[in-house]
Amino acid sequence: MLGIYLTVLVLLPVAALLAKSGSGGTSAFWREISNPEAVAAIKLTLIVSAIVVTINAVFGTLVAWVLVRDEFRGKKIVNALIDLPFALPTIVAGVVLLALYGKDSPIGIDVAFTRASVGLALLFVTLPFVVRSVQPVLLGLDLAMEEAAASLGAGPLTVLRRIVLPTLAPAIISGVALSFARAIGEYGSLVLITGNLPFKTEAGSVYIFGQIQNENLAAAAAVSVVLLLAALLVLALLGFALRRRSRHVL
Amino acid sequence: MAIEVRGVSKRFGDFVALEDVSITVADGALTALLGPSGSGKSTLLRIIAGLETPDSGEVVIDEQDVTASPARNRGVGFVFQHYAPFKHMTVHDNVAFGLSVRKRPKEEIRGRVEELLALVRLDGLAGRYPSQLSGGQLQRMALARALAVQPRVLLLDEPFGALDAQVRAELREWLRKLHEEIHVTTIFVTHDQEEAMEVAEQIVVMNKGRIEQAGAPRELYESPANEFVMSFIGPVNRLGDAFVRPHDIQILAEDDGTGTEALVERVVHLGFEVRVELKLPDGREIWAQVTREEAQQLELSQGQILSVRLPAPRVFAS
Repeated sequence: MLGIYLTVLVLLPVAALLAKSGSGGTSAFWREISNPEAVAAIKLTLIVSAIVVTINAVFGTLVAWVLVRDEFRGKKIVNALIDLPFALPTIVAGVVLLALYGKDSPIGIDVAFTRASVGLALLFVTLPFVVRSVQPVLLGLDLAMEEAAASLGAGPLTVLRRIVLPTLAPAIISGVALSFARAIGEYGSLVLITGNLPFKTEAGSVYIFGQIQNENLAAAAAVSVVLLLAALLVLALLGFALRRRSRHVL
Repeated sequence: MAIEVRGVSKRFGDFVALEDVSITVADGALTALLGPSGSGKSTLLRIIAGLETPDSGEVVIDEQDVTASPARNRGVGFVFQHYAPFKHMTVHDNVAFGLSVRKRPKEEIRGRVEELLALVRLDGLAGRYPSQLSGGQLQRMALARALAVQPRVLLLDEPFGALDAQVRAELREWLRKLHEEIHVTTIFVTHDQEEAMEVAEQIVVMNKGRIEQAGAPRELYESPANEFVMSFIGPVNRLGDAFVRPHDIQILAEDDGTGTEALVERVVHLGFEVRVELKLPDGREIWAQVTREEAQQLELSQGQILSVRLPAPRVFAS
């Protein structure tokens, strides 16, 4: 039963994608993914995604920390706002970002059609992942562990580095993995604000959509396969790190 | 090192955890802070450790006012109720933590950790992780970790609270012996009067944020300062405002006219001790504690009417 469910939802689409990308033979596949525009799009997606998840790892953890450890007015509202990127259709996010950080920016920040806009959009849609995976672990973190370290002579930075971060690491890693997977597939929030300029701001997903529009399905499938492999590779690497880290913690 | 707490008060919001508390613990002594939950005993311990800041008052360790210094500078070893193991570190790294924070050479750390693990009988488990240890083992690891930095003072918060009865009895005995061996000034918190009596040389009885009485176990038992200490330490019968220890109630073999009549409601055999539940003519219920032999000689049985002699009851001015 579950087998059928997963086959219909996951296995068949992936198989169809692989079949499509290989339908013209390996030489056609290579030709499609070595197309300079495709290469530029894939590179942009991977590099910006890597930068975005690194920022997420740091700021997501900080946001989770503040939400768990600090008391301030409006904390509940801020906490609820974290999920906004999940709730908002990404195209709407794109419209909002364009209105705020586009040509007619009410706050004087115009990043539209620049590479920074790609990062900005991806940061927005991936915001919740690290926060939401670190938060519960931080809530369950035994304060006595930090007190024990302090009573043994450790200063606040040593406690953070040797006690808190290693305990949070598995949650940060899984948040990063989810962010990365989401970032490389993101489409809706990118199309408006980035302008989709080939060789400059055109992300992999946008390139794929463009190729489909041009009825070049082989190119779309080939780039999809590359992104899929990148996602799998990153998930596998982070999964490995996660298992090593969390073996004794949970 | 001697510890002195002078006039310490602490509130958490509206709750008064400690009110003008002062205690003195002699160098090398083994002291228990005894009291029901909410009596402030853990708060007092945490204030001595520097994990909590008092609203007023002073903490003096080895004639040095440490009230303002943070926990990490106090030279205090603290063992937490649930051990607070560093779960991502091996037993060795847990015990070594304080030394590695102090940047001691690797060789020295290894030697010291080995020594301590032998002391707490965890030799051979250095490579394990906390998740692979039992409660009793975790407890001993936490103790070794606290002792590694050669603290001036050792503080234990409900050290045996989370263990099952048998392990608890074993560890109590062991803690006593350990204290005889290393002689570091030790304070432990407990709500179990039997544990306090068995392990400590000095007991500080606390209730509602105040100290009721401090003294040797025997002193507290024999001359309790007030109702609370009387009823918290050792078994007690309450007759109105008066208190009577169950083992002070004498069951007479023959009614010689000096006793009071009593009906035996129940006889409970607890091994060496036998508990006799009695009803007095005026309807009050008390219980007497006798030995197995006495119970046999008296041929005690339920429904029997016999004669008891009550000792002079203790009455405390309220």
